[in-house]
Amino acid sequence: MDAVGAAGAAAVAGVLLAGFVAGMASGLLGVGGGVLFVPALALLLGLAPIEAVGTSLLAVVPTAAVGAARQRRYGNLRLGEGLALGVLSLAGVLLGTELAHRVPERALSSVFALLMLYVAFRLARRALGRE
Amino acid sequence: MASRNARLAVIATLGGVFSGVFGVGGGVIIVPLLILWLGYGEREATGTSLAAIAVIGALAAGAHAYRGAVDVPSALLVGLPALVGVVAGTALQQRVSARAFSGVFAVLLVVAAGLLAL
Repeated sequence: MDAVGAAGAAAVAGVLLAGFVAGMASGLLGVGGGVLFVPALALLLGLAPIEAVGTSLLAVVPTAAVGAARQRRYGNLRLGEGLALGVLSLAGVLLGTELAHRVPERALSSVFALLMLYVAFRLARRALGRE
Repeated sequence: MASRNARLAVIATLGGVFSGVFGVGGGVIIVPLLILWLGYGEREATGTSLAAIAVIGALAAGAHAYRGAVDVPSALLVGLPALVGVVAGTALQQRVSARAFSGVFAVLLVVAAGLLAL
């Protein structure tokens, strides 16, 4: 269970670096950083996948909270709507967890991939000043 | 106003489903939809997304902790440098133009969609 104690110095350094890079991406892009936390925890510290996800979510909380607090100082936070999004998402999290058990992951991945491509197209138009 | 709240609920649900299925915060869905559907500025969307993710992450981490699948020392090891990173990242973001941000985020989404499709 003592994954940190069992890890070598190189693995620890790798996790520290991955954490910093994930935090940087989190601040720049407004995401949680879990995309980098999970592989760092699983591959470098040897956590089991389910444990890596849970542990990553725990690390995401202070990262996102500090990022939101910094953005508040810069005048870039709508706190009420942010908290509303968080609370309203609970139904989605439960639905998603249920779907993950009932629907093939392949189908879920495809739906989200299509949504992302559509959103990417709209954002690209915006970046080019057409929207 | 009703339609604004309905849109917030749809964005929250999509972010939540994404989070529940893939075990991440859902920001990659929340940020662009706040910009495109609710008229948020780019920086505002990321700041507000982070507040939402703090709540989503706390709920989801609680659910995982209940089943015992959380390793606190490992979370500290990856999370403490992330705190330094997020302060640097938000500071750096204030210097990036909104249009450049949309372009970078569009590329990120295409990469993410590609990874999902693999």
